[in-house]
Amino acid sequence: MTTATISATSVDRDAEGFLTDPQQWSERLAEEIARENGIEELTERHWLVVRFMRDRYLTTGSAPSIRSLGKESGVPVKELYQLFPKGPAKLAAKIGGIPKPKGCI
Amino acid sequence: MPDRGPRSKLGVDANKEADMAKKQIVILGGGTGGTMTANRLRRRFENDAAEIHVVDRDDRHVYQPGLLFVPFGLAHSDEIVRPRRRQLRSGIAFHQRGVESVETDTNRVVLDDGTVLPYDVLVVATGVRLQPEETEGLSGLGWNERVFTFYTPEGAEALRGALDRFDGGRLVVNLVDMPIKCPVAPLEFAFLADWYLRERGVRTRTELVYSTPLDGAFTKPIASQRLGGLLTQKDIELVTEFNAGEVDGVGGVLRAFDGRELDFDLLVTVPLHGGAAYVERSPGLGDVLGFVPADKRTLQTPAKPNVFALGDATDLPTSKAGSVTHFEAEVLTENVARYFDGRDLDTSYDGHANCFIETGFHKALLIDFNYETEPLPGRFGPLPLLRESRLNHMGKLLFQWVYWHALLPGREVPGLGPAMPTAGKRPVPVHAT
Repeated sequence: MTTATISATSVDRDAEGFLTDPQQWSERLAEEIARENGIEELTERHWLVVRFMRDRYLTTGSAPSIRSLGKESGVPVKELYQLFPKGPAKLAAKIGGIPKPKGCI
Repeated sequence: MPDRGPRSKLGVDANKEADMAKKQIVILGGGTGGTMTANRLRRRFENDAAEIHVVDRDDRHVYQPGLLFVPFGLAHSDEIVRPRRRQLRSGIAFHQRGVESVETDTNRVVLDDGTVLPYDVLVVATGVRLQPEETEGLSGLGWNERVFTFYTPEGAEALRGALDRFDGGRLVVNLVDMPIKCPVAPLEFAFLADWYLRERGVRTRTELVYSTPLDGAFTKPIASQRLGGLLTQKDIELVTEFNAGEVDGVGGVLRAFDGRELDFDLLVTVPLHGGAAYVERSPGLGDVLGFVPADKRTLQTPAKPNVFALGDATDLPTSKAGSVTHFEAEVLTENVARYFDGRDLDTSYDGHANCFIETGFHKALLIDFNYETEPLPGRFGPLPLLRESRLNHMGKLLFQWVYWHALLPGREVPGLGPAMPTAGKRPVPVHAT
């Protein structure tokens, strides 16, 4: 675990850059993490997904898979990949300040 | 018409009082989990203590591990399918009907002909449904011509023909996304394809590709490393983090959501899996993919205390595999009895799973694991773990007999219990192997 200073706030992140304490998250921080990962600006569609992931994690204790995200968030899987290239669930989780989604077995 | 169950044998008027006390157990699904559970419960409860009903829309029980061998001509689909009702003990009513919905608030199941089955305990064992239509183009042109799945008897037979005609080119194996039944099956397919094509003398003009949405050959680190090593040894290209989004079955292109493309002459796919369709029509029973949430130790569902679930139908974080279902059935049967008695439930299911992994050339690996412990090397009784051996291959072949004659009837099999054994296993750091 490392401590990084983003937006003049010190936050704890794991080796892959996921926040270890979701309470340290803020919208400004989300924008910074997004930029770090190649997303210059978070659009409304980005925010819809990020908030959906974060709310789901905070209420149920686990983040949805890409498939459930595509079905429940109202953003189709294809668009999820356009918004968050490579790994929508991972990247949206990272930007939303929640732990890396666990893979299936 | 449903079979005549125990109730009709008794004569309703004369035994009305006894009938009132008689428990109604309804089991949805007559596959591995439903059949084992029904037979175990039938042994556990006298006929006048409980009525047991099993519902399934058809009468074809498939020995699913056998499907892997069909494309290579090592088994015929007729040999791995038997009538469902013949696997059920006497005193179990079989209803050959689809399920319309489950009403958990009134404890009723409605069948597709309008028949209503009231229950005291419901067991959900309807497995998964393949959803090729959820991937753009997958079930369109080229399906069963250039694009196949061996996850159904019909698909496995069609693939046998295609492999027989295959004369070299690019053979791509792909699993669209997890969760899938038997997560090692697509790997086994790739290993066996390598063996089969070598035997036929066309391997040298074949590029064999294994593409997966995972970041390695398998989900758990040590097994992933060993299985990845086997892919390299057999000259099978591994493409990871490949999330298939679109298939062009005529042009022979598999496209990932991130834009990467894999050309193919033959595509062997494992389509997306979801729960049975009625789950979505049953408020509060399942999740958005149709899987049924259940307690990972007791198998009771959060939907209602008198509803239990097992096997592929659940959302549990363990493999969707027959061995898992078998171990779950033991705990579930105990818990149905405890629920009726008002006792605390048995919390002993630990996620135990074991699977033979065919690697071709008459050899197989064996893995054994649970929620906490990943597959480790060592021994499972006489069988070596995570290591290729002929004995494991023999074990896999013999298993079909054990399945029909011991597991489904609900007989105890020595050495195969719900709790994962630790004797004979060696913990190893991932990079030391």
